[in-house]
Amino acid sequence: MAKMESTLMNMVLSLSLISMLMVAGLGYVYKITKGPIELADKQKEVTAVTQVLPAFDNDPIKQKKDIEGLTFYMATKGGLPVGCAVKTFTARGFAGRFDLMVGFKPDGTIRNIVVLDQKETPGLGAKMTESSFIDQFKEKNIATFKLKVRKDGGQVDAISAATISSRAFCDGVQKAYDLYMKNFAKPVTAIAGVSDTTAVKGGKHE
Amino acid sequence: MSKLLGYFTNGLIKENPTFVLVLGTCPVLAITTTGFNGFGMGMATAIVLLLSNVMVSILKNYIPDKVRIAVFITIIATNVTVVELLMKAYTPDLYKALGIFIPLIIVNCLVLGRAEAFAQKKGVFASALDAIGMGFGFTAALTLISIVREILGNGSFFTIPILPAGAHPMLLFILPPGAFLTFGLLFLVMNTLKRKFKI
Repeated sequence: MAKMESTLMNMVLSLSLISMLMVAGLGYVYKITKGPIELADKQKEVTAVTQVLPAFDNDPIKQKKDIEGLTFYMATKGGLPVGCAVKTFTARGFAGRFDLMVGFKPDGTIRNIVVLDQKETPGLGAKMTESSFIDQFKEKNIATFKLKVRKDGGQVDAISAATISSRAFCDGVQKAYDLYMKNFAKPVTAIAGVSDTTAVKGGKHE
Repeated sequence: MSKLLGYFTNGLIKENPTFVLVLGTCPVLAITTTGFNGFGMGMATAIVLLLSNVMVSILKNYIPDKVRIAVFITIIATNVTVVELLMKAYTPDLYKALGIFIPLIIVNCLVLGRAEAFAQKKGVFASALDAIGMGFGFTAALTLISIVREILGNGSFFTIPILPAGAHPMLLFILPPGAFLTFGLLFLVMNTLKRKFKI
C-alpha cells in the first residue's frame, strides 16, 4: 500500500486514531499494574516499619497518624506501647529532599533508622544508607545525645566528604524526635490513652 | 539472511549508539554509577526501542509525512509510560534508582532516531532486529561504562566490594566529571580497537 498523502483530512485522522489506539493500550496497562504498584508501595512501608520497631502485635500501618507532614506509626504489644515509627523527611539534602523512617522507643530513644528514598551522590552522601553511619544513632536519646555533626559541635560522625548529607540526616531525625516528643511522649497518661485505643483496634484486626 | 543478520549486528559494533552514533548520551553520563543502574537503564531503553520500532514499522503507511514526528513521539511516549508502570509494579528498587531518567527515555534521540532513520522505511522484522541490535549495543555500552566507574569510583563490581579494606577508591569517577572522563577514555579504546581490527 502506498504511503498516505499529507492532506489535512489524513493528518487529522491518522493522528487522532493512533492517539486513541495508544491511549487504549496505556489504559489497559495502567489497569493491570495498579494493584501490583500499590502492593509494592505498601510492602515498602511495612518492611521499613518492621525494621525500625521492636516486636509488636498490632497493625501500625492501619493506625498511622499524619501530623505536620510526618507520619506516625504507633506499635503496641499486648496493649502496651513498645515504640513508634516516624516517617520523616528533610529538604536539606545535597540533592534535595529525602525520606527517613525513624523508630523510637516510648521514652524517645532511637531504636533504628532506615533511609527510604534518597538521591544523594553515590559513594558519598548515599553512604548514609549503610550501617556504618546509621549504627551510631542506635540506642541514643536525643535528650542527651547532641544530634549535630562534630563540625557543628555535636556528637555525630559525619560521612567523610558528605557533611551536607549528614547534616540533612540529622535535621530529619531531629524533626521526627521533636514532633514525637511534643505529640506522644510528654504526658505519660497520653501514651496510655493512645495505647488503649490502639490495643482494642489491634485486637479486632487480629 | 546475511542482510537480516547485518541489521542485528549493525547496532552492536559498527553503528554502536553510544560509541559511534553518540546518541542519547544523557543517561550514558548520568546514571552509569553502578553496574545494575547501567544495565537496567540499557534494558529499559532497549524494550522501548523494540516496541516503538515495531509499532512505527507496522503503522508506517498510515502516517502522513508532515505529522510523522508527532505520531512517533506519541508512540514512544506511550511505550515509555508502559515500561515505567511495569517497572514500578515489578522492579520498584530499580525504578527508584533510575527515577527521572525513565520518563526521559521519551526524548532519547536514539529511539526517535531509529524510528526516523530505519523503522519508517523498513519491514517489521528488519525493524525489530535493528531495535534488538541497537538495544543490546546501548545496554552493553552503558554496562561497560558503569562497571568501569563503579570499580574505580566505589571499589565494587555490581555492588560486591572488590577492593581490600582500607583502600580508597577514586571518588571522582562516581561524580559527574568521572562520567565524562570514562566516556572519553572508553571512546579512545573503542576507536583504537576498531582501527586495529578494521571493523
